[in-house]
Parts: sequence; structure tokens; C-alpha cells
Amino acid sequence: MSASASPLTARRREFRNISIEQIVRYRLPPAGMVSILHRASGALLFLALPLVLWLFDLSLMSESSFLRLREFASGWIARLVLLALIWALLHHFAAGVRYLLLDLHVAIERAAAQRSALAVYAVSLPLTLLAAFKLFGVF
Amino acid sequence: MAIGAKRLVVGAHYGLGDWLAQRISAVILGGCLLAFAIVVLSRGDRSYDGWAGMFAPLWVKIVSLLAIAALIYHAWIGMRDIWMDYIKPAGIRLALVVLTALWLAFCAVWSVQILWRV
Repeated sequence: MSASASPLTARRREFRNISIEQIVRYRLPPAGMVSILHRASGALLFLALPLVLWLFDLSLMSESSFLRLREFASGWIARLVLLALIWALLHHFAAGVRYLLLDLHVAIERAAAQRSALAVYAVSLPLTLLAAFKLFGVF
Repeated sequence: MAIGAKRLVVGAHYGLGDWLAQRISAVILGGCLLAFAIVVLSRGDRSYDGWAGMFAPLWVKIVSLLAIAALIYHAWIGMRDIWMDYIKPAGIRLALVVLTALWLAFCAVWSVQILWRV
């Protein structure tokens, strides 16, 4: 502890108004990564809303449009897009539950918050993998 | 800064209503997502008739529409926060906020049409 406080050690770099080329090198802690991915996944879901509604419309309109949806969902690009949206939804959901718990002062200590950030990945990533298996017909 | 006699547009409590709405809509959406996932995954029926039949009762349409309303409001606050955080020029920010509102209004009206056509 005393070593880090000594004037001989290099001062930690301070980041203020991070620029684009700094973002690439800036390593976020797990909670920070979960946070920015919560934003990114939310924005992605917002942008994809008309696509999701279109698919929902196809699924409900008629028997023939339902079959057209099946055909659409059999393409590789469509499956990758769907998988990205499934990941976004799962991450946004899991991280959202974490934020609601943080609002209730559950696990706000530093170590506990870091564990819960990792728990977000532990929920969202295996479920995304499961969805990928299902989408690409492994089972 | 005060506008008019009473209304404060900055300060500790400005935005609290949206903050709370964001959380309430999140709880509603999370509950709906879990319920929907459980219902869909536990059904063996993968036919069109089974799927469309699920959305036939009036109460399902109404609950679905309320969930979509919560989604629209949730997305509105979230996107507005993103624009406020990253987009500083007032003109561009205003344009993006207006486009966001139109985008979401379009989706809201469309979802009524989708649900009530079944």
C-alpha cells in the first residue's frame, strides 16, 4: 500500500473526455463492460424493433405468411441476425435484473458487484449458446 | 433555472419520474418476457393454428399491447438518455430525439394492427 502512495511510482493515467482512439485501448472492468453492453444491446433492440414486428406480423397474418417466416428463418444471414438479437435481449435482461437489484442496494459492495457483473455473462452467454444450437439445428 | 413561477428544469429531482418509469417498465417487461418464454417453451404445438390461437383472446391482445406500450416508453427513455449523453449539438440531438419518437410511434401503431388482425 505504501509503495503505491510513494511519489516515486508513476502517476496513474487519468482519462477525461475519452477520445475514440483511447476507447480502443481503454480496458473496462467487468461492471463497466456489462454497462456499455447494456446500452449497446438496448440500442440494437430499438433499431431492430421494426424487423421484429415484421417477423411477428408474418407469424400471425396467415398460414402462408407463417411458412414464409419459416423460409426466411432458414437463411444463414437471417439466423445470424436473429442470434444477435437474442444475445442482445438476454444480455439486456440479465444486466437489467442486476441494475434493479443494485437499485435495491443488493450487492453494491465492490467485490459483490464485480461478481454480479460476471454473473450477467454466466446467464446470458450460455443461453445465447443454447439459442445458437437451436437456431443452427444442432438439436 | 426556473421557468415561470414554479417549474424547475434542473436540480436533484428533475428526471426522477422518468428514472422511476424506466424501472417500472423494466419490471413489467421482464415479467412479460419470462411468462412468454415459459408459455412458448412449454407448448409442444408448433403449428400456425396453435401460435395464432394464442393471440386470439381479447385479453391476450390487451396484455400484449400493454407490454408493447411499456416497451415503447422504456425504449424512449433509454434512447433519449443515449442521445443526451453522446450528442452535444442541440440541432442534431433534437433531430434524433424527434426521429426516435416517430420511429417508436410508428412501431406502436403497427403493433395494434398486427395484434387485432388475428
